[in-house]
Amino acid sequence: MKRILNLKINGKNYEILSSDNRTLLEVLREDLNLTGTKWGCDTGECGACVVLIDGIPQLSCLTLAVFCEGKEITTVEGIPEKEMEEIEKILTEEGAVQCGFCTPGMVIMMKYLKDCGFNNSLDIKEELSGNFCRCTGYKKILDACIKILNKHAK
Amino acid sequence: MQNNKKFKTVGIKKERIDAPSKIRGFAKYTDDFYFPDMLYGKLKRSPYAHAIIESIDCSKALEIEGVRAVITGKDLPIKYGILPVTQDETALAIDKVRYVGEPVVAICADTEEIAEKALDFVEIKYKELDKVLSIEEAFEKKHVRVHESEKFEGNAHRVISLEFGDTETAFKECDYVREDIFFYSGSTHLSMETHSVVAYFDGKRLTVYASHQAPYYLHLILSKALEIEQRNIKIIIPYVGGGFGGKLDPFPEIVCASKLSMIAKKPVKITLEREEVFYNHRGRHPVLTWVKTGLKNGKIRAMHFKSFLDGGAYGSFGVACAYYQGALQPVTYKIPDYKVQTVRFYTNKPPCGPKRGHGTPQPRFALECHLDKIAEDLNIDPVDLRLKNLTEPYSVTCNYLKITTNGLKECIEKVINESKFKEKFRKLPYGEGVGFAVSSYLSGAALPIYWGETPHSEVIIKADRSGVISVYSGHTEIGQGSDTVLSYIVAETLGIEPEEIALVLRDTDSVPPDLGSYSSRVTMMMGNAAYEAAMKLKRALSEAVSEILEESEENLIFKEGKIISKNNPEKFVSLKDAIKKAEEKFGALSFSGSYKPAPILGKYKGAGVGPSPAYSFTACVVQVKVDTESGFIKPIKVWIAHDIGKCINRKNVEGQIEGSVYMALGEALMEKSDYTKEGFLKNPSFLDYKTLSMKDMPEIDVYVIETYEEKGPFGAKEVGQGPLLPVIPALCNAVYDAIGIRFDEIPITPDKVLEAIERDKKRVGPDKIIDFKFPEPIKVEPPKEDFLQNKL
Ligand code: FES
Ligand code: FES
Repeated sequence: MKRILNLKINGKNYEILSSDNRTLLEVLREDLNLTGTKWGCDTGECGACVVLIDGIPQLSCLTLAVFCEGKEITTVEGIPEKEMEEIEKILTEEGAVQCGFCTPGMVIMMKYLKDCGFNNSLDIKEELSGNFCRCTGYKKILDACIKILNKHAK
Repeated sequence: MQNNKKFKTVGIKKERIDAPSKIRGFAKYTDDFYFPDMLYGKLKRSPYAHAIIESIDCSKALEIEGVRAVITGKDLPIKYGILPVTQDETALAIDKVRYVGEPVVAICADTEEIAEKALDFVEIKYKELDKVLSIEEAFEKKHVRVHESEKFEGNAHRVISLEFGDTETAFKECDYVREDIFFYSGSTHLSMETHSVVAYFDGKRLTVYASHQAPYYLHLILSKALEIEQRNIKIIIPYVGGGFGGKLDPFPEIVCASKLSMIAKKPVKITLEREEVFYNHRGRHPVLTWVKTGLKNGKIRAMHFKSFLDGGAYGSFGVACAYYQGALQPVTYKIPDYKVQTVRFYTNKPPCGPKRGHGTPQPRFALECHLDKIAEDLNIDPVDLRLKNLTEPYSVTCNYLKITTNGLKECIEKVINESKFKEKFRKLPYGEGVGFAVSSYLSGAALPIYWGETPHSEVIIKADRSGVISVYSGHTEIGQGSDTVLSYIVAETLGIEPEEIALVLRDTDSVPPDLGSYSSRVTMMMGNAAYEAAMKLKRALSEAVSEILEESEENLIFKEGKIISKNNPEKFVSLKDAIKKAEEKFGALSFSGSYKPAPILGKYKGAGVGPSPAYSFTACVVQVKVDTESGFIKPIKVWIAHDIGKCINRKNVEGQIEGSVYMALGEALMEKSDYTKEGFLKNPSFLDYKTLSMKDMPEIDVYVIETYEEKGPFGAKEVGQGPLLPVIPALCNAVYDAIGIRFDEIPITPDKVLEAIERDKKRVGPDKIIDFKFPEPIKVEPPKEDFLQNKL
């Protein structure tokens, strides 16, 4: 069954004709060409597809698009420019990007952690351990994340 | 010499050129391309490890609305393979299947859903055959023939038997001889991006977007498999989301998407599901290794390796992997007399092939653990044993490999001092330990896969009156940072910023050939070609500017987008004006650079595997803590020093080393392709195929040793693969130091540790090799002392 979905993505309202069984990831990539969100497994195991739904990181490959009506969705393309500039600068300087396939998911997580506000009880490794990276050995990703969070320590 | 100069970009700047677009999600990977009217393809795979295909009925699938084309093996009958010597694959199985997951039918339809549903309506009748799933079975079950046509018995695919010098006599001269047996389990690449392809045939020409590491080989093989002339094929490689060797073969989905598009006359996309990537595989071969070393007065006198490879169902790069089992040991250590015997078997599992380190991690693991035992037997320090036997810079090995710069001694000193190895070795409390190992690797294979005299890398540079400088290259960016290397080299040469260069990349219609991202070749080969091209442009600009400024060409400096008189900094021309002037003078400004390695030195059969323009060297110390209650091994810290020649981008070099450490620890501790008795892969998912997460990673101290290799661009050598090699044996040696148990088999999973402790075992690992009769070795006389002087 297809019907019209009303989705708010990156501050923009979309009307999308879609069947009920489609995931948010499919709608983002296939219908809206928002291909920054990556497809790594489709089973909730890799974190490449993480987006923010009402500010909370969610796996878009496991989220049905219909459940996102009335919610605010933020993908990597929708991170406000000022914040993105800072994230881009730090990740680039730290050398936290190699093939880049895990990067949008990592960026979303970093934005989330930053929004939560850094405090010492936060276990960054734990928070990021659902995001796989096969290239970097994680060190530079962790360094970059710590640097971003330190800038926003509350 | 390039290396004495003060650089502005090379080794100084940190930023990767491709990072911003990847961070912002703009960077396009193959699956990110959607075309109007695009169809989706799916593959139906074999549920049997070995079976005759009795019949295939696709009629019901074809009736489904939205299905546009269905193909079987009969539609693609021509055999192909990445190596000219093993043309044993077809995209879809014909007559029989050889592993669980082998593609048999391909379908394309209007949507993925329809294609998927249509697969269920394909009826295939199989007759199961007996199968072989291990080295032992392949050898013993002689009635099973994975490939009927193979000339060797017992499913042997390739047999190698080589002897440099006279090992029999040499072993007799030794005052100490030791033999050991090791087993290295197979593992897989697991790139984050799954394989993806979009193919479009417009009636005459075929355009293929693919996540692939070597577009020019793909070009060649697609032409063969599809019977289209190469000039009618265009390949575009977008960013690749990780490769590690897993995207080098001409994979079935690429051939199938192309064929389906030729029939349906529409673009066809196939993106593999995560599980399917495990069937594409071409990952690390499981290898059983026997090694015997003889020493005289603490120096290696003779060495003998026997290796048995579990190759999976097809050839892939297997012959090269087999040769690499023996090729690089003499690059690390002086081995006067050396014998190498290797056999690769076909088995009914997904094909093995090249994974980071190619065929060298298995013998490296064996050798470095073996040397640790030798040092203990002889009661000498394991570091001293290494130091006493290292090869010299600018020397030639017994198997005719020419070593140029060699910073291994410095690497060793660095990690030993920094880790305080000598204070810890055999002195830490029970459960804690340190281990040490070293290695060497190639900076690009000196021979291409398809032999010939054409360059391995070509780069074109173009400048015009607009001021735009464009660089055209066919190398692939799989995450290793070669786009950055390319732009840094050109930027340094022309005195501009890397971001100012327009890169035109990876479209076989537009750019000149580059053999691809494998064998750690790109910095060396593409880098040299880029340097040559940029220097030609620089010379043309110098000539033009010297007229304007009335200054000799030698007195011009290229700096900050200007060309400046050395004598009078007030006198300068902007690069844009200089380009305009040169264009007026010479016409179109387009220059090319090419790179081809020097001819190899060895003349024997097999001499083609191992030679490289230069070798990288690595030394590593690993410290571990073993929880004897749970059997869990925790790597605490890794110290690793790598002779890179010269860093082009330091952050990137460190990143390659850290990524190698991560992958190596995974292979040592948990990564394993695990099959059931029926030949089913037990763990084809991120969840079940265990790897280290961020939480599991130890602290890593990286030391970059610069030896300024004159063959490399600005002195650079490789870093993408070499640093993986010593980490695995260093970890095993550390575990021994911690709990006194030798693990001669990896991965060292907690259950193995617990069992060993409970049963009070001193060693875990295979205790016998198979009784394979190798043919008499090809005898090769090692080079004489003065060989290099006579030769070069
Ligand atoms: S694609 Fe969603 S977790 Fe992997
Ligand atoms: S950078 Fe390649 S997966 Fe993280």
